[in-house]
Amino acid sequence: MSALNTGPARTRTLALGPVRLRYRRRTVVTGALLAAAAVVLDIAGMQTGTIALAFGDVLGAVFGQGEGKTLKVVQKIRLPRTVTALGVGACLGAAGATFQSISRNALGSPDIIGFTTGAATGAVAQIVLFDAGPGATALAAIAGGLLAAGVVYLLSLSGGVTGGYRLVLIGIGVGAMLAAVNTILLAKGDSDLAAEAHLWLSGSLAARNWGHAVPVLIAVALLLPVLLGLSRNLNQMEMGDDAAQALGIRTERTRIIAMAAAVGLTAVATAAAGPIVFVALAAPQLASRLTRSPGVHIGTGALMGAVLVAGSDLLSQRLPIQAAIPIGLMTGLVGGVYLLWLLTRSKQV
Amino acid sequence: MEDVLSGRGLTIGYDGRTVSEHLDVRIPPGSFTAIIGPNACGKSTLLRALSRLLKPAAGEVFLQGKDINSYPTREVARQLALLPQTSTAPDGITVADLVARGRFPHQSLLRQWSEADQQAVDAALAATGVQDLADRTVGELSGGQRQRVWLALVLAQDTPVLLLDEPTTFLDIAHQLEVLRLCRGLHRTGNYTLVTVLHELGMAFRFADHVIAMKDGRIVAQGSPAEIATPELMKEIYGIEALVIPDPATGGPLVVPLEPEDLGSGGTGPSRGHLHGPPDTGAPRTGISPQSGIPAPLTEGAPA
Repeated sequence: MSALNTGPARTRTLALGPVRLRYRRRTVVTGALLAAAAVVLDIAGMQTGTIALAFGDVLGAVFGQGEGKTLKVVQKIRLPRTVTALGVGACLGAAGATFQSISRNALGSPDIIGFTTGAATGAVAQIVLFDAGPGATALAAIAGGLLAAGVVYLLSLSGGVTGGYRLVLIGIGVGAMLAAVNTILLAKGDSDLAAEAHLWLSGSLAARNWGHAVPVLIAVALLLPVLLGLSRNLNQMEMGDDAAQALGIRTERTRIIAMAAAVGLTAVATAAAGPIVFVALAAPQLASRLTRSPGVHIGTGALMGAVLVAGSDLLSQRLPIQAAIPIGLMTGLVGGVYLLWLLTRSKQV
Repeated sequence: MEDVLSGRGLTIGYDGRTVSEHLDVRIPPGSFTAIIGPNACGKSTLLRALSRLLKPAAGEVFLQGKDINSYPTREVARQLALLPQTSTAPDGITVADLVARGRFPHQSLLRQWSEADQQAVDAALAATGVQDLADRTVGELSGGQRQRVWLALVLAQDTPVLLLDEPTTFLDIAHQLEVLRLCRGLHRTGNYTLVTVLHELGMAFRFADHVIAMKDGRIVAQGSPAEIATPELMKEIYGIEALVIPDPATGGPLVVPLEPEDLGSGGTGPSRGHLHGPPDTGAPRTGISPQSGIPAPLTEGAPA
């Protein structure tokens, strides 16, 4: 009797011709359910708005069938918004999972390593100092974020190797400094521009069109497979660099590629919707608790992130409040409540 | 016969601090080698250099006669396994899954599992006696059980060379014996070369057939336990006075440390316990060399 085929939480093998893949049933089921939830939330989101649409009408319009007005509203306005929401959620969920695995810290996320604050600095500086429009803001956000992440990475290198805690600590330090810079920029700037910058800082999915959605989709299509491919290496590295290297993994190389991909995903997501911080932190934690499996949760983290953002967007649109609630606040609420609930239910943190 | 693992002219250290310079070391194939020496003498540093985890500032490490860096690191992982001093088990991982991680060098992205993997893991779990713990999470195991699980991971890797960095530190004596008996069993099959860094001298001399003694980053002596277990070497390496007698259980050398009170004063002999002269273990020996200068008649047998 082989030891790996007893007990409930076992890892199974899927054989497809000569290919053998390992999976856990609970993880696959969780992923499927999350994907289904994302689709449902997506369509429900598209039903909402100044013109209420029926589920069937929306579904038809997505595939090009229906009357002119419905078709136009869905395809030009609502579909890009929800696709952006899903894509941004997936980017942030996968990036968060990667950073948490690399830093071996549940608090590890692009926000922590100074990326999001750096993106904010770039965007705020652009809005307040140059005011060159949303395209420039997006680019400035990406540039600011990458610069901050690069500085944090270089500072945390020691003997050619980055350490988990060092990365987090230096990220916090750099983030704090940049946050101060942001505050100064906002205080010193013209009040209209400062208000616009504040708005950008809360994250928003309002008026997102295909110009926002397509880059996000491209990033997901290109970078998510990279992270999925690296997840075996990242899993081994959770045992410590020594153990991973002894098994033949080039740990620093894996770390650099994974971090670059994660930063890329975060950069594109931030450029599309502004900084939506809590998703990168919470989505991987939620995924890990739902799948109850060790290791890095790239796929389920991405799906959880998509559900989180799509769900939050739906909630913010459906709430009987006249004010538009920024998506960042909503994800904080939804994600926070859900995480607290899961934590209080389980016996171990 | 060619050495399976050797180092030539190794200069190794960390962060600008050199631990060893121009070090030459040979690991005889099929041996059970123990590296001993005082704290911070460079034992673990040497082991890490031999396992290619630490890049030497100068010199080369040879695996099966070729420069270890000329192999892809995955290929090295199929020849040589290392049990590091500290490893962390990922949260919530089961014993079976952790041991399965040891098969990584034999797998690829599209071939993540095979019958050979299954058999290797089952064999490793059985050899370390943890098969009944297969579905438990590693976090809930005791220290001794956890160490056996890490050993099973290394065994599942299925390599002819095993490097173990202090595998028995923090284990109680029963578990120390268990782990080392397991190593001896592997050694006796003739298919493995083992190199372990050990703090416990008694264990090193009992189980190893080749001992490398280090001090201050240099190899002071190497040879069989009988050749290394001498009062002169104990004094040189550890700075302690010691007596070496035959181990009543195994017949091999047993090092008994002597405290200043034991050495007595003025030639009247030791002040506590009975001491007989040094055993005849065949090695060149000048007898007990404490300051009291007791002549050492060779008396046989236990105290009356």
